[in-house]
Amino acid sequence: MSEKEKEPLLSAKNIKLFTAPLGNDNPITVQVLGICSALAVTVKLEPALVMALSVTIVVAVSNVVISAMRNYIPDRIRIIVQLVVIATMVILVDQFLKAYAFDVSKQLSVFVGLIITNCILMGRLEAFAMANKPWPSFIDGLGNGAGYGIILVVVAFFRELLGSGTVYGFPVMEKLGLYKIGYENNGMMILPPMALIAVGLIIWFQRSRNKNLVEKK
Amino acid sequence: MKNFSNKYIFLFSAVMVIVVATLLSLAATLLQPRQEKNLEIEKKKSMLESINIPATAKNTEELYDKYIKESFVLNAKGETVTGVDAFSVVLRNEQKKNLEKQYLPVFSATSVDGEKVIILPVEGKGLWGPIFGYVALKADMNTIYGVTFDHKGETPGLGAEINTSLFEHQFLGKKFFDNDKFVSIGVIKGGAKEEDLHGVDAISGGTITSKGLEKMLFDCITKYNEYLIKNRQ
Repeated sequence: MSEKEKEPLLSAKNIKLFTAPLGNDNPITVQVLGICSALAVTVKLEPALVMALSVTIVVAVSNVVISAMRNYIPDRIRIIVQLVVIATMVILVDQFLKAYAFDVSKQLSVFVGLIITNCILMGRLEAFAMANKPWPSFIDGLGNGAGYGIILVVVAFFRELLGSGTVYGFPVMEKLGLYKIGYENNGMMILPPMALIAVGLIIWFQRSRNKNLVEKK
Repeated sequence: MKNFSNKYIFLFSAVMVIVVATLLSLAATLLQPRQEKNLEIEKKKSMLESINIPATAKNTEELYDKYIKESFVLNAKGETVTGVDAFSVVLRNEQKKNLEKQYLPVFSATSVDGEKVIILPVEGKGLWGPIFGYVALKADMNTIYGVTFDHKGETPGLGAEINTSLFEHQFLGKKFFDNDKFVSIGVIKGGAKEEDLHGVDAISGGTITSKGLEKMLFDCITKYNEYLIKNRQ
C-alpha cells in the first residue's frame, strides 16, 4: 500500500464521493434511508437545519472513527462496535446542544437521541467506512449528511411555508397580505403523512429527470 | 478478512467499553453546570414571560432579580413553610406526594407597570407528555395578570399551540373565583363567550391538550385556595 503514489486530498474520486449523495446517490431519495427522522423534524426549517447538521457531524466523525479502526474491528462484533461509536457520538452531540444551544435542543427533544437509529449512519459505516481509508470515509460522511440535509431542508421549507405560513420563522404569508384575501394555512402540511408525500414527490421529480434511477422491470 | 481469536474479541470489547464510558462521563460532568444553568434560566424566563416581560437568555438573570423579589413555600392549608427554597421545588415530584405534604411555591413580583402580582407554577398532562407553565395573579388574588404555558411534546400546530401568545392572551383578565367559590378557567370547545370570565377558546384539533390544560389549572390553583382567599386585597 505504501508503494502507491499518494492520492491528492481532493482528487476527482473524492469530490465525487461528496457530490454523489447530493444527487444521484441521495441517501433519502435513492438509497431510501433515514426516512423516519425526515418525517419528524421537517415541520419547521430551523430544527430541520440543526438535525441535518447534527447528522452530518455524527456520520462524518463516526465514519472516520470506524474507518481508522476497520482493520482492528473483529468481524463478528462489527455491528455492535458501529452502534457503540454512533451512540457515543450522538450522546456527545446531545450533551453539547443541551449546554450550548438549549433552545434548539428543546425543539429537537427526542429526535437527537433518535439519530442513533437513523439508518443512514449504520448504512454508511457498514457499506463504506469498513472498507475505506479515513479521509474518503470522512468525505463520504459529509456528502451523505449533506444529501440528507438538502432533502430535509427542501421538505421543511414547503411544510413550514404551506403549513404555518412562515419561512424560518418569518411570516411570509402575512407580509404578502394573503390572509386578508381569505388564504388559510393548510394544517395538514404539519402532520407527518404530508412529509412522506413531499419526499415521494421529490423522488418522483428526481426519477423523471434521471431515468437511470428507475428500476428495470 | 482477518480472523480474530475469542480472546482478542473480549479484550477489544472491554477496552472499547472503558474508553467510551470514560469519554461520556467526562462530557456529562464537564457540561453539567452549563446545562443546569440553562434550565434555571429557562425557568426564570418563563416566569418573567407570565408577567409580560420578554427576556432573552442573556438578560434573564438581571430582569429576574429586578422584578421577582420574593418567593416562599406554602402548605395546602395556606401556611408558610420555612426552610424550603421555592425556586428549587420541583412541582412534578410534589404532585406525587399526599396533599398535606406538598410544597406549594409562590413567587411575588412587581410588574413593569408597578402592579403587585404573584406567580404560581402549574403542571399537568397533555396528550403526549407533561404540560406546564406559570400563572400570574393580580393583587386581588383572583384576576389573571398573565400566563405562560409550555409543553414537552404536544402535536405541532395542534396541541403545541398552547405556548403561542395568541392562546395565552385569552387568559388576561379572566378570574378563578366567583365570589368565594373556586371555579377555575374552562377551555371551551367551539369558543368561549366574550363576557365569560371563566372560559377561553379551546384549540381546534387539540382537544386532549386543551382538556389537560383545563385540568392542570384547576388542580394546581385550587391547592392555593386558602391562601388566595385570605390574602385578597
